[in-house]
Amino acid sequence: MPDQKIIKGNQIVADDWTVLRLEEGQEPATAEVAAGKVIVPLKVWQAQKETLAGRADIGVWLNSDERPEELTEELAENKFDVIAVNFPKFTDGRGYSIAYNLRKRLGYTGELRAIGDVLRDQLFQMKRTGFDAYAPRPDRSIEDALKGLTVFSETYQASVDDKLPLFRRHVRTTGVREHNDIGSGI
Amino acid sequence: MYQYDQYDHLIVRERIAQYRDQVQRRLSGELTEEEFLPLRLQNGLYMQRHAYMLRIAVPYGLLSTAQMRMFAHIARKYDRGYGHFTTRQNIQFNWIELEHTPDILADLASVEMHAIQTSGNCIRNVTSDELAGVAADEIIDPRPYAEVLRQWSTFHPEFIALPRKFKVAINGALEDRAAIAIHDIGLTVVKNEAGEIGFKVMVGGGMGRTPIIGTTIREFLPREHLLTYTEAIMRVYNQYGRRDNKYKARIKILLKAIGAEEFARQVEEEWADLKGTEETLTLEEMERVIAYFQPHPYEALPAIDPRTGHEDNKAFANWLGRNVKAHKQPGYAAVILSLKKTGVPPGDATAEQMDFMADLADRYSFGELRVTHEQNIVLADVKQSQLFDLWKEAKAHGLATPNIGLLTDIICCPGGDFCSLANAKSIPISAAIAERFDHLDFLHDIGDIELNISGCINACGHHHVGNIGVLGVDKDGSEWYQVSIGGAQGNATAIGKIIGPSFSAHQMPEVIDRLLQVYLRERTLDEKFVDTVQRLGIAPFKEHVYATPITEPGRLVGEDEYA
Repeated sequence: MPDQKIIKGNQIVADDWTVLRLEEGQEPATAEVAAGKVIVPLKVWQAQKETLAGRADIGVWLNSDERPEELTEELAENKFDVIAVNFPKFTDGRGYSIAYNLRKRLGYTGELRAIGDVLRDQLFQMKRTGFDAYAPRPDRSIEDALKGLTVFSETYQASVDDKLPLFRRHVRTTGVREHNDIGSGI
Repeated sequence: MYQYDQYDHLIVRERIAQYRDQVQRRLSGELTEEEFLPLRLQNGLYMQRHAYMLRIAVPYGLLSTAQMRMFAHIARKYDRGYGHFTTRQNIQFNWIELEHTPDILADLASVEMHAIQTSGNCIRNVTSDELAGVAADEIIDPRPYAEVLRQWSTFHPEFIALPRKFKVAINGALEDRAAIAIHDIGLTVVKNEAGEIGFKVMVGGGMGRTPIIGTTIREFLPREHLLTYTEAIMRVYNQYGRRDNKYKARIKILLKAIGAEEFARQVEEEWADLKGTEETLTLEEMERVIAYFQPHPYEALPAIDPRTGHEDNKAFANWLGRNVKAHKQPGYAAVILSLKKTGVPPGDATAEQMDFMADLADRYSFGELRVTHEQNIVLADVKQSQLFDLWKEAKAHGLATPNIGLLTDIICCPGGDFCSLANAKSIPISAAIAERFDHLDFLHDIGDIELNISGCINACGHHHVGNIGVLGVDKDGSEWYQVSIGGAQGNATAIGKIIGPSFSAHQMPEVIDRLLQVYLRERTLDEKFVDTVQRLGIAPFKEHVYATPITEPGRLVGEDEYA
């Protein structure tokens, strides 16, 4: 699919990866993995590791109910250039924690791509939790989706994008009211 | 109270721009209703039975008079002249047009308010003790920590699409006035032997169709770890909380499924990676926020008996006895303005009353007000010498009903009159009961009793923890009411027990009357209703209530098994 586009970093780029999705009832062990760059389901990777491990053009994707810790060994060997996290529904927020753990706990530094029900209004929090690539739902304008990355210029809490919370990033002003120290507030 | 700095202002301003754009995209059809739903819910906008309802955040219930006047303005300009204060210490407006909501947010921002995360599957407005900072039994003022949590949870990128709504309450006094045991996370501020400030952490409380009292998973969490430890709890819940059934998606179900010990172990494991990282609170940040909650500049006053000079005024004495609470500063008192006048839906206030309450707060209470989770308003810092004048004024505006903690101080959700989730109406039940017992001497004789009414299993009216709880149920398309007794909130939180088959709306005042008859017959000196129930069990109450049918001419008597 040469004209397929994704958002990577902060721009729209051509994408030459294919995402393999299993048909219902299809066995991971027998699913055919085409030649070229393919992002395969975790279960396919696990079932066909012996043959796939020799290829340099394989990525893997996790569904929202799967655990990134299952890839601990592969991550230690820097096996993947691309890991994707699937959002089966835009209301399923597990993918944010998966991304956080991939980056923070498992130290993954390659491309982390959001796939599935990916909509403009999720992109900001996706970016914050460690995604750096986004495949917005194909029925929506990718140009519009791009706007979702720049909604806020400040945030309160730390996450993957910024390990410092607001109170460590900036000196915050204090409006101390005059008082006579009756009963300390602390 | 907390005041926004440039960053708070910036975040709220950018939020309005984002939300305005989302509304625009919804109106143009670019966003489907399904897609817009979680976005508007995260901004407190519900589609109700008749119109949109907007719920505005009142962080830990604390309000300035400018903020209260803004509610009056919103009530007049965008709604029908009134608003409804909720059990989450927020306010909601019931007749809002979608197109107006961005402008309402802009109006709110002008007084440092917003509607962020008052709904939706995210961390909701943190609630606290309405007497925080002034209560005589307070160990530490919980509000700075509630504010720190508010900021941390605001647009938390990882916890914006949780399995279900998530509620946090925090209490800093000996007596729990924040109902912490029925929250997803209940925090109690404590000091350890070394005098360090920390939190006792309770998790997994909640109401709804499976009422569960929270379990303590940590006895002492040093305060600097508040955010990282909460984050660890949230991460475990976000990953493992059930998503297949919304009624089983709260953290209480996860806790029950894997056990509190296992849950605590997972949290500790998650926390091990976070403990001590740069997300840990700094002393400077805690002190910065605490500085906003310093006590007001109280005058050095002698404690007085406010009845002096008004000894013969029984109405004033009744009000003092019920609506005025002790204050840690001599010469001052905390006043509860009752929003439970008979004939008015519990928690409702008109725009005029809101303006008037703001005036009272400016003149008598350092320009601040608090919303209680029982749906009343507190003026926390009133001079004892001014109580009589305040009472006269409040009385003239229908805000001095001396019924705080009494039978007619009913917690009541909006029910089927407004809410699209409700199975039954709740306001008319509350009204009928209030009308039946609209006799002050009788109410005062009954004494402390909590009557809580919910129009559906979601339990917004906290019926499970009412001494008497009323739950609206749908049976074959008609509205019935299930009654439980023995529930309690606070330090001795208990879930009420259902006494038997449900009743029709018309039977409810008589049911309450019969429950009270047993209490009056059986009580020992100074025994509260709930204590009598707990001593005797529900049997004598059940027996008396169902002994003879509660009939009404031309009406169905009750459920089949009862009739």
